[in-house]
Amino acid sequence: MTSVLGIPVAVILGQLTLGLVNGSFYAMLSLGLAVIFGLLRVVNFAHGAFYTLGAFAALLGLQWLGINYWLALILAPLAVGVVGIVVERLLLRRVYGLDPLYGLLLTFGLALVCEGSLTQVFGASGASYPVPPALTGAVNLGFMFLPLYRAWVIAISLAVCFSTWFVIERTRLGATLRAATENAPLLQAFGVNVPLLVAATYGGGVALAALAGVLASPIVLVNAHMGSSLVIVVFAVVVIGGMGSILGSIVSGLVLGVVEGLTKVVYPEASNVVVFLVMALVLVLRPTGLFGKE
Amino acid sequence: MSADVLRVSGLHAYYGESHVLHGVDCHVGRGEVVTLLGRNGAGRTTTLRALLGLVGARSGSVVINGQETIGLPPHRIARLGIGYCPEERGIYASLSTEENLELPPSVAPGGMSVEEIYSMFPNLKERRASRGSHLSGGEQQMLALARILRTGARLLLLDEISEGLAPVIVQALGRTIQRLREQGYTMVMSEQSFRFAAPLADRFYIMERGRIVEGFAAGELRDKMALLHQYLGV
Repeated sequence: MTSVLGIPVAVILGQLTLGLVNGSFYAMLSLGLAVIFGLLRVVNFAHGAFYTLGAFAALLGLQWLGINYWLALILAPLAVGVVGIVVERLLLRRVYGLDPLYGLLLTFGLALVCEGSLTQVFGASGASYPVPPALTGAVNLGFMFLPLYRAWVIAISLAVCFSTWFVIERTRLGATLRAATENAPLLQAFGVNVPLLVAATYGGGVALAALAGVLASPIVLVNAHMGSSLVIVVFAVVVIGGMGSILGSIVSGLVLGVVEGLTKVVYPEASNVVVFLVMALVLVLRPTGLFGKE
Repeated sequence: MSADVLRVSGLHAYYGESHVLHGVDCHVGRGEVVTLLGRNGAGRTTTLRALLGLVGARSGSVVINGQETIGLPPHRIARLGIGYCPEERGIYASLSTEENLELPPSVAPGGMSVEEIYSMFPNLKERRASRGSHLSGGEQQMLALARILRTGARLLLLDEISEGLAPVIVQALGRTIQRLREQGYTMVMSEQSFRFAAPLADRFYIMERGRIVEGFAAGELRDKMALLHQYLGV
């Protein structure tokens, strides 16, 4: 069998593919964070909690109401998005214009409350979500058997990320959003309901996190802490991509997933820290991130 | 209902702790061009901003087309048919010329089409794909004016539109304002350049320390020159 530096090519390609799956989650989560940060200037530490809520919404929807996976894919992000809008209206709104630290503390506190409540009610052990029947099985890629569900995750998250990018960069609504990021008071003086736009943006960013949570639920164990472990890496991804950069967060999410996967092949012990090493390197060489402006 | 498009009485405005406007009173009739004159810091820009609610806090009364707006948020006020051209021009750097042009939502029926605007400002058509940050000062000013003509607004608040522009551009701008005046637009201009404003305005207000201290019609201009010199220090 062919090999590179003594490592079978099949193993490398296999980890590349799995890295791409992880990268898909990084991309979706960091995209939402980037959009929220761009407009609200709030570093949303509750992002991981909303991801967790998405997964729980899918799980409980199935267990209590018999809502299937496909419906959950739409309903869970909607429900969590509404929760996000309520949070923005009632709480987040009060910290705009204050030191960024307040937003950070508020969202961090929210994440802790959410995690704590979920642990209290559902315990810490977690449950697994069944893979939907249509997506069981695997595809033979020649070098590996890729579970169909993971292929689906890559496809759907690429589609979602690209659509979000398209809406923001290429449509009228996106132009309004970009304008609000640049100078919101003037936009409001033109007659745009900026407070509504801000609430909807937060809801949208949070719904992306929830969608990632639903997508992840058949792969990972659904428990109260699934978000907090992931979100740290996602913050590193956002910093690497450049705070607030849409394209940067998508590309660096996918790339860092792959980098992580490849590290597992070469030196598995480093795979958990490689993202942070890259972040440190980027911060030293290019403090605004790979795609950042200024 | 009053015939005035805009009626302001006892308008106070604050930025944080500082009290900037101290009871502004003025009125603007339909189709009138009114110019606010005054030294730097007299409160002209703040008056325009306060009309839209773009200050920290405000009190008093601002009636637009018969509706009291003092308690309304800026986007609701704008939707009463106001177009605002800010002093710093407010061109969005990350948006193209055309995106800037199409950004402000329609606030009333009867706005100009993009094609009409391009025929009025041919330069903007050439630069339609350029980023806002790549436009010259004159082009930015034209764009800032053009984009509020698309919205159907009939009351235009124009803040220092002649400032910092080459004389030939200022002349072109003057002709544009003249054309808009003939088309019946109501305009409130804040101007430091008396020479730019003089041939365009129907009436003048002079501001000093956050108040309107004098108001007179264009016909009285000759008699008021001494007063103007005194207030404006020209």
